[in-house]
Amino acid sequence: MLVLVEQSLNGLQFGLLLFLLAAGLTLVFGIMDFVNLAHGSLYMMGAYFAATFVAWTNSFVLGILLALGATLLLGIALEFIALRHLYGRDHLDQVLATFGLILFFNDAVRLIWGPAGLSLPLPAWLTVPVQIVPGVFYPAYRLSIIVVALTVAALLYVVVMRTRIGMLIRAGASNREMIGALGINIKLLFTLVFGLGAALAGLAGLMQAPILTVQIGMGENILILAFVIIVIGGIGSIRGAFMAAIFVGMIDTLGRAFLPDLLRMVLSSAAASTAAPALSSMLIYLLMAIVLVVRPEGLFPAAKR
Amino acid sequence: MKSQINLRNAVVALVALGLALLPVYSAATGNIFILTLFTRIVIFALAAASLNLIMGYGGMMSFGHAAYLGIGGYAVGILAHEGIGSGFIQWPVALALSALYALVIGALSLRTRGVYFIMITLAFAQMAYYIASGLSRYGGDDGLTIYKRSTFGGLIDLSNRVQFYYLCLACLFGGVYLIWRIINSRFGMVVQGVRSNEQRMQAIGFHANRYRLVCFVISGTICGLAGALLANNTDFISPAGMYWTRSGELMVMVVFGGMGSLFGPVLGTIVFLLLEEVLSQFTEYWALIMGPLLLLIVLFARGGIMGLLGRLSRA
Repeated sequence: MLVLVEQSLNGLQFGLLLFLLAAGLTLVFGIMDFVNLAHGSLYMMGAYFAATFVAWTNSFVLGILLALGATLLLGIALEFIALRHLYGRDHLDQVLATFGLILFFNDAVRLIWGPAGLSLPLPAWLTVPVQIVPGVFYPAYRLSIIVVALTVAALLYVVVMRTRIGMLIRAGASNREMIGALGINIKLLFTLVFGLGAALAGLAGLMQAPILTVQIGMGENILILAFVIIVIGGIGSIRGAFMAAIFVGMIDTLGRAFLPDLLRMVLSSAAASTAAPALSSMLIYLLMAIVLVVRPEGLFPAAKR
Repeated sequence: MKSQINLRNAVVALVALGLALLPVYSAATGNIFILTLFTRIVIFALAAASLNLIMGYGGMMSFGHAAYLGIGGYAVGILAHEGIGSGFIQWPVALALSALYALVIGALSLRTRGVYFIMITLAFAQMAYYIASGLSRYGGDDGLTIYKRSTFGGLIDLSNRVQFYYLCLACLFGGVYLIWRIINSRFGMVVQGVRSNEQRMQAIGFHANRYRLVCFVISGTICGLAGALLANNTDFISPAGMYWTRSGELMVMVVFGGMGSLFGPVLGTIVFLLLEEVLSQFTEYWALIMGPLLLLIVLFARGGIMGLLGRLSRA
């Protein structure tokens, strides 16, 4: 029972982290119709920036804030220099160009930080276990990820649903030409949205950094998960991304935790321990395939175009 | 395909001749490395050509072609591991499994269009990747070493570099010839018609998806053959070669050369892999140059090398 609670929290935490990544991706995708494979590179850069700045400043909070700003600036620069020329091109062009950026970022990181991974040590106040209900302890850092991500999700909701800029973003998602015709500086809007997406990716990366090693290529695995999420949730739908992210986070975490035992009930122990890791890695892809076959538009499609 | 002498055809003919004579050059200069390099290039060119069949002519952007390389390779590797070394068994199994996989995922994926199609083919390929990682009997994540290359009853010796190169080259030329026959057949015309205007083809009575699916299966099967060749070339097969970035590289090769042109993917593969080789001799950070180069090609050189040659011959 305790294990189930703990693993569910882990699933929630992973899901929320995935949401941060997927939210940026789906904003850019939904509004600019732009497939950005380099989104995972921004996630990686967030983690590298954080590891570097925390070491420089000797302060966890300051380092993280600097890293967040750096990823935001990097995203804006990237949009300004390269990606804005690719809006309106077909998806294949975008896939290829941003694939090129992945190659570039991976080698740039190798050049600057070297091939070995970095680690981002946590300050003492984040390593204590917290008692969430009597008898159940949960690591403070993972708890803080849940809190930060939920806060960001709420902020994002307020910004997108309740502010003028959010209104423009939503209008841009349903009809790009129209908001341009209304005299909105759409180029600036796109740059801002891209920067926001980059900062969200950076935030996800730097929050994951203390849990995993900061390493080259770390964005590639998780990028595909983020794509799976926005495809399951419905492209361009923030709400869909949120639901699908929690769902995927839970399934992935609980699958890894409990599938071996479940399989052992029906298979021999040896067969179960062979099949379980592969099967649990596949679960979410299986889910995505089923969703696409049954509802090709995703579970919570954005408003009709 | 009108036969005419222009820059494009001249370049293609020269490249084909160059590929055919490469072992002669290698033997004359004692440069064995170039033969090894080009064996790899020729195999990847076959894979890229197979992807181009559905991408360039069928309008189906498959982001999962690395899976076939893996399936073809694992068929050879697993059978060899279990003591079945004959290529007469290994290779048909590799082709049949690739075709079967393509049939199943094609039937499901073709229910979607556009970017959803890109993503679902990617998802299925990732599943194949994780299945391969889970094959603990056959090395799991670490991969499987193939101690003996496929045997063909003494007809061809795959451990002989020159013979193996010519086998790969024959597969490439055979594959490209097959694709040429397909795209100029009635079947191929329907597939291209579906790409341009699906509704119209439906309206005049063609089951668009059936044609698409058959085309998808043919492409996957050819790529499975490339996988069997690749496994024999490296004497090793691992899940790493099935990762999604490999599918991305295949797409790059196709677009580099010119999507939807018969020899484009071959040229694209040659240029891409040669560039990788040359750049990596100057600097270990070759992707630092390759990445932005790719971006520039997408931005400024639409139609890839073939498109460029076409414009040059018209000028």
